Amino acid sequence: MSLQRMHILIPIDEESIQNGALEVKRRLNKELFKHRVEEEVKVLETGPIGISGKGVVLIIYPDKVYYYNVKPKDVKYIVEEHILKGKVCTKIENSKEIEKKKNVVDYENIGLTRKQPRVVLDKCCIVNTFDLEEVIARGGYAALEKILEENISPEAVIEEIKKSGLRGRGGAGFPTGLKWEFTRKASGDEKFVICNADEGEPGTYKDRLILEGDPHKLIEAMIIAGYAVGAEKGYIYVRGEYELSIKRLNKAIKDAKDVGLLGDNILETGLNFDIEVKKGAGAYVCGEETALIESLEGKRGQPRIKPPYPVTHGLWQKPTVVNNVETLANVPAIILRGADWYRSLGTEKSPGTKVFTVLGDVEYPGLIEVEMGTPLREIINAYGGGVRNGKKFKAALVGGAAGVFLSEKLLDVKMDFENLKEHTAVLGSGAILVMNEDASIVEMLFSILKFFAHESCGQCSPCRIGTRHLLELIYKIKTGEGELEDLDKMLHIAETMRNLSLCPLGQSVIMPVASAINNFKEDFIKKINNKNNMKEVSYA
Amino acid sequence: MKEILEKYERKSDNLLAILHELQDSKDEHYLSREDLKAVSKYLNLPLSMVHGVATFYSMYAFKPRGKYIIRVCQSPPCHLMGATTISKELMKILGIKFGETTKDKLFTLEMSSCLGVCGVAPAIMINNKVYGNLTPEKLKSIIEEKRREK
Ligand SMILES: Cc1cc2nc3c(=O)[nH]c(=O)nc-3n(C[C@H](O)[C@H](O)[C@H](O)COP(=O)(O)O)c2cc1C
Ligand code: SF4
Ligand code: FES
Repeated sequence: MSLQRMHILIPIDEESIQNGALEVKRRLNKELFKHRVEEEVKVLETGPIGISGKGVVLIIYPDKVYYYNVKPKDVKYIVEEHILKGKVCTKIENSKEIEKKKNVVDYENIGLTRKQPRVVLDKCCIVNTFDLEEVIARGGYAALEKILEENISPEAVIEEIKKSGLRGRGGAGFPTGLKWEFTRKASGDEKFVICNADEGEPGTYKDRLILEGDPHKLIEAMIIAGYAVGAEKGYIYVRGEYELSIKRLNKAIKDAKDVGLLGDNILETGLNFDIEVKKGAGAYVCGEETALIESLEGKRGQPRIKPPYPVTHGLWQKPTVVNNVETLANVPAIILRGADWYRSLGTEKSPGTKVFTVLGDVEYPGLIEVEMGTPLREIINAYGGGVRNGKKFKAALVGGAAGVFLSEKLLDVKMDFENLKEHTAVLGSGAILVMNEDASIVEMLFSILKFFAHESCGQCSPCRIGTRHLLELIYKIKTGEGELEDLDKMLHIAETMRNLSLCPLGQSVIMPVASAINNFKEDFIKKINNKNNMKEVSYA
Repeated sequence: MKEILEKYERKSDNLLAILHELQDSKDEHYLSREDLKAVSKYLNLPLSMVHGVATFYSMYAFKPRGKYIIRVCQSPPCHLMGATTISKELMKILGIKFGETTKDKLFTLEMSSCLGVCGVAPAIMINNKVYGNLTPEKLKSIIEEKRREK
């Protein structure tokens, strides 16, 4: 084995492939070979790193320098200057479209690569997660081994998860340990574990990063969940658009099976657990756990009436645990390092970390993992790099389409389940959409209501009719035809939907509607008073 | 078609996967009445049920589509970053509205909810490929490239 003096990490994901990452990688290898340094400098393909909109990124260790917007033609220069001569390339030749000063940064002090307490994303971008040996060398499957080697009972596993205070990251924040316990105690000979990877909440792609960047962690967590609740079969329901995630999951599953970490008689302990990947077909509501189960069974993805809950009557009416990707990704670390350690992160009632997507008018849009309870202002400024182009902050839509518009006044709110609830806001999926002074809240609400009208499954009339009606009203306001009383009508409809809809999709439309109208009334009034005759053309 | 069907066990929970694979195998990216009938027979499910399931999901289509299916994200993050401009530009370049296919059967334009690549908003997907950080200029060159590729 050779000793490497330098590593070049290249994140390969949907976005970077589109920007030519594969060609950059090919040229890197070619250049290294040409200069005969291919033995001492290794190119490592990693999963996504959490930085968006910066093209192909290269990270050079041990120098901890990263380059972004790297084009294939820059490779020669980087290799000759940085790799061979050790000089950081402050300008990348011939790339005119990039901001010269900014395409090399000190990896650890800025924006999204600023130090983060990474529990869920610890291996993303650091480990070649497609190489099972390397994953294992970096602690993959260590939690599973610990359970099996130390003979930790299923009950003790559940107890540890309960003690850790881990709560569901899919939106509702239900205590994971309790959910597992209910499923374990439910009667039935056959039980299931389902990983909810349907991720459809606008502004959210955290689960995709975990799926693409560390699929083995999810597999390990599902085996542990299966062991804890007494299930031998797991499903990962992935939204249809996530082709790369599906491909990588299937490869990881195959690799794990090949070495006996998954399937029958895991590590020769008599434990059986198998995982199947199922592909969704484009319906946001299928992210709701009972709709997801219907869809898995090959039916229309319409929510069931609860109770009964999936923990007793889930897939094929059998006891079933449904957990979000990020929730599960917390499990191995908790088992390995203990509930007390986990509780040292985050807040009393919301322990641990949370992955957020910071989007919109910020300098560095992307994905970060921070402790629960980190103030919104810090997330936007320190990690997102603040509002882009020196503009003023206007609003943040927190929690996705079913989220809440927060104004400047609430920027110091701590981002965890309890604190947000106090301000009638929700953590939701962890999406943070930042809007600057130029943004129109009316436009944003229009987009949200269009989303809901499109995604309502039509099963119950308050939601089916309500979402249509709301879209008509906001369209009327947006095109300058609105009246003041339309605002009250909207609030009234959304309130009725909250009370009468069958599932949380219809029930939660009130969140964006009320927060937009109450916190940004002047935007609506301006539109209503400023009647313009220039009607916009509807395009959809 | 027979080959595709027989890859799957005759279990109703394979319905979505079969529909996906059948549709993907077609140049025109859609499920015909015959396809649905064959699936219904193979899985021994009523045709009305197969039809009901298929039409529930937005990724399946029931009339012929173009070689390239362009799905334009119009959810809030993309909307904020200029999805409306992108939508209008696309309609202009292609000369069609949403839900339509160009005469040369090359492009179908569809609107979509969040595609999960919001970090590069505004974004679209052409078949399985994502294109992000779009501007009208970038869009033009992407479409031109596709036209050349044919
Ligand atoms: C309309 C709707 C969409 C949802 N979408 C998702 C989703 O995409 N991913 C997810 O994990 N949970 C989603 N949920 C929440 C799930 O119903 C469920 O609470 C979650 O998967 C439970 O996992 P957790 O306890 O690990 O959070 C959605 C809920 C609703 C009402
Ligand atoms: S509230 Fe909406 S999405 Fe939920 S079941 Fe009713 S119609 Fe379907
Ligand atoms: S909002 Fe457009 S991809 Fe997510």
